[in-house]
Amino acid sequence: MADPLLSVRDLVVEFPTRRGTLRALDRVSFDIMPGEVLGMVGESGAGKSITGAAIIGLIEPPGRIAGGEIRLKGERIDNLRPYALRKIRGKRIGMVFQDPLTSLNPLYTVAQQLIETIRTHIDCSEAEARKRAVALLDRVGIPAAERRIDDYPHHFSGGMRQRVVIALALCAEPELVIADEPTTALDVSVQSQIIEVLKDICAERGAAVMLITHDMGVIAETADRVAVLYAGRMAEVGPVREVITEALHPYTQGLMGSIPTLTQESDRLVQIPGSMPRLNAIPQGCAFNPRCDRAFAPCFTDRPDLLSPEAGRQVACWLHDPAKAQEVPHG
Amino acid sequence: MAEPLLKIDGLTRRFDVSKPWLNRVIEREEKQFLTANADVSFEIARGETFALVGESGSGKSTIAKMVVGLLPPSAGTITFDGQRIDTSAGIPRSLRRRFQMIFQDPFASLNPRWRVGEIIAEPIRTFGLMNPTDARKEAARLLEVVGLSAGDVNKFPHEFSGGQRQRIAIARALSSKPEFIVCDEPTSALDVSVQAQILNLMRDLQDEFGLTYLLISHDLSVVRHMANRIGVLYLGRLVEVAQGKKLFTEPQHPYTRMLLDAVPDLALSGRRRRPVEGEIPNPISPPPGCAFHPRCPLVHDRCRHEVPQPQPTPIGQAACHALDRVDTA
Amino acid sequence: MTPESKTPVPSKPPGRLYRAWDSDLAYAFRTSPVAVVATLVALVIIFCAVLAPWLAPMNPYNPAGLNLMNGFTPPMEPNAFTGETFVMGADNQGRDMLSTIMYGTRTSLFVGAMAVVFAMVLGISIGLFAGWRGGWVDSALMRVADVQLAFPAILIALLIFGIARGFIPDNLRDQMAIWVLIVAIGLSDWVQFARVVRGAAMVEKNKEYVQAARVIGAHPAKIMFRHILPNVMGPVLVIATISLALAIIAEATLSFLGVGVPPTQPSLGTLIRIGQSFLISGEWWILLFPALTLLALALSVNLLGDWLRDALNPRLR
Repeated sequence: MADPLLSVRDLVVEFPTRRGTLRALDRVSFDIMPGEVLGMVGESGAGKSITGAAIIGLIEPPGRIAGGEIRLKGERIDNLRPYALRKIRGKRIGMVFQDPLTSLNPLYTVAQQLIETIRTHIDCSEAEARKRAVALLDRVGIPAAERRIDDYPHHFSGGMRQRVVIALALCAEPELVIADEPTTALDVSVQSQIIEVLKDICAERGAAVMLITHDMGVIAETADRVAVLYAGRMAEVGPVREVITEALHPYTQGLMGSIPTLTQESDRLVQIPGSMPRLNAIPQGCAFNPRCDRAFAPCFTDRPDLLSPEAGRQVACWLHDPAKAQEVPHG
Repeated sequence: MAEPLLKIDGLTRRFDVSKPWLNRVIEREEKQFLTANADVSFEIARGETFALVGESGSGKSTIAKMVVGLLPPSAGTITFDGQRIDTSAGIPRSLRRRFQMIFQDPFASLNPRWRVGEIIAEPIRTFGLMNPTDARKEAARLLEVVGLSAGDVNKFPHEFSGGQRQRIAIARALSSKPEFIVCDEPTSALDVSVQAQILNLMRDLQDEFGLTYLLISHDLSVVRHMANRIGVLYLGRLVEVAQGKKLFTEPQHPYTRMLLDAVPDLALSGRRRRPVEGEIPNPISPPPGCAFHPRCPLVHDRCRHEVPQPQPTPIGQAACHALDRVDTA
Repeated sequence: MTPESKTPVPSKPPGRLYRAWDSDLAYAFRTSPVAVVATLVALVIIFCAVLAPWLAPMNPYNPAGLNLMNGFTPPMEPNAFTGETFVMGADNQGRDMLSTIMYGTRTSLFVGAMAVVFAMVLGISIGLFAGWRGGWVDSALMRVADVQLAFPAILIALLIFGIARGFIPDNLRDQMAIWVLIVAIGLSDWVQFARVVRGAAMVEKNKEYVQAARVIGAHPAKIMFRHILPNVMGPVLVIATISLALAIIAEATLSFLGVGVPPTQPSLGTLIRIGQSFLISGEWWILLFPALTLLALALSVNLLGDWLRDALNPRLR
């Protein structure tokens, strides 16, 4: 297999509070291959956004990376100094956030912001940068890009603004784009447009995408592989189709069953009892054990690590450990 | 159909969004109005769940607010169990007890300074239904009805997760023993696994107490799961009303079809979402004629200047000129 | 249906006292040296002032206990004639400065606190009403507030004081003076409260918990005072604390100008006014100690207010 573009190993992110240190991410590991779309799903508080923030070095203090490593093409980026990290952000890793208004500076025109970003990372003349910017805006589907490039962000509608943000994220031709809930603030009819644009343009340029969202529908359509986070730990990683249709982890199974679809026939939704534990009250053993109907002895004492029961799939669950599985009570 | 529980006729709401008087004089601008709802009519039968779907700007929440009396309508009537409730005097007290509302954001809908028991008992006390001791007991009982524990009455809202708070909000809505509950995006602030719990709970409670729901949502799959009948709103107008699941198999209005096409496909049927052209126009200056015509694949001349009126379809009713043109579409 | 919380809930809620001690605010307080020191200073001063009749070495307003021979005794030195020693010296009439200051602070604090309470009640009521009603009522009330803010508070207090004196019969003047002063300072200060409460109320009234109360037809007064008010008390407390410092200074200023409390009930301001005439002749203690007390009181209350503002504002943490 090719070398991964991004490799995260045993990442730990901690937030010290006066009531003890909270582990927002607890030994999270995953890879992103070049050109691949990795979906990152989980409930609010599961740590998906923090994972994205950790990769680009934007964890808000007092939070800090307390362990593990992040490598971009084999080179460690989690311990870089701020100025070195700034060069990677924008140039090698582009970012798209949920709210397009916060990623665009309202005081500058779109042209100014795009040209400045391009020229920060790519050595070229102003005229050339402008040409690139117009071409990019055109590509992300802004009509009359040549004229609209001189507008300010507030002249654009929500969907158009998110297109501008995508253009901004891609203008330095990054190898990886981290998209954190890029469509959550948008209406459903506009959502599909944005997903389409993001997916196509990244495929065109060979940029990998880490798509962080709580919307399984978006993941199903867009991602190649999906990583499921639960309570700051990786529950399952695998190809998107397999994870959706035959999830290995009981949590993923429950999650998939709880989503109402446009085709299902049953009157009741599958529901997982309870809710995700708060970070200060994660149970011993598997974090999912209080809500799991298949939990057995080892689940309450030992934390399962990611293991690979099938090629290309990983799951952190004792049910899939051949050594422990013998103890599973039958019936 | 028997006498409907709620009947809405020609409901219209305009908001004055003009700049302050002085700015208007200086900048020589006219007054501006935003029409949130125009001529919306529908009925809800006892015991059913009627859902309103639409994107932002469709005016679905405005309808919810008018129904519960938080906003007066600019025109049109709202009739609850045969009595007008859109009067200037507000909703008669005797009727008020019979309907309730569940809100979108469980973090904003509970007063953070009140204990859960006080929150749930507030409707009981306001309507004077019980003495304080009984009200406290009732609050504890209701907490158990919605799946929390009776001891939670002494806690504060911040001690609960989003899903638990929404359960508390539901318990409060139940405390005045209403027949009709307006649910404004009850699960859109919740995670999917919690959403399933709340939707199941709402169904159980409907069966147990014979409740009638008006469900407001932007999520078509939630609506499909919950509703007996569905109304689709676009820019403040009801474009289609249809029997629950039929809307999803044989949508009549081109906007409904477009919305359905835009829903992400979790079943992985290989269907590629068809991205929709264009965005929702500014509701301050909606397009003339049928508001959907700039985005409509079936647009023809008549759509550009004549507002379509609702007409019967095999599955309900829809407001579209294309329906007249002998099913060519 | 399945309960969301599986763990049984403890039947007894933690006590009010424990919750207060455990709250984030209390924690922020315990870890802020400035806040702790300021509170200690303010508490010592307030304690001494409130308990002056029991703590003070003498009652400076009881002519029977005065000895004119003690006049101008410097601090910590025995008087040449009587041999008595005063920690902070004695003034021109032989009154113990420490006792005078304790009684003076008592008056200052009383006027300041009452003025703040008056301003608070007025400002909160007007602010809540304006924020709740909105529309022209709100515009009218806030324009009045704007106009008042365009004048210095002390000028307004002077004006109100002057007008009020005109209405009060001569024989009641000294008796009423202190209340007139309280009303004057309070009226010059309500705007701060009204503005903050109005702004916060406008935010709160659109929150869903208020809408939920409106749906069941709760009385507007109940919504305002039971729902909205508790949720806007944070900023009100901050302003109240800072206002207390300002009110104490305003009282001192007015008394210094001679329009404040009657001479029979001297406040810190009165003491400073009396003291400044002796500064040139070398009796510095008559001015210095009241001035230092005023400074310590106003500063500690002010620091406490600043700290409270930061602690209650999550964005600054």
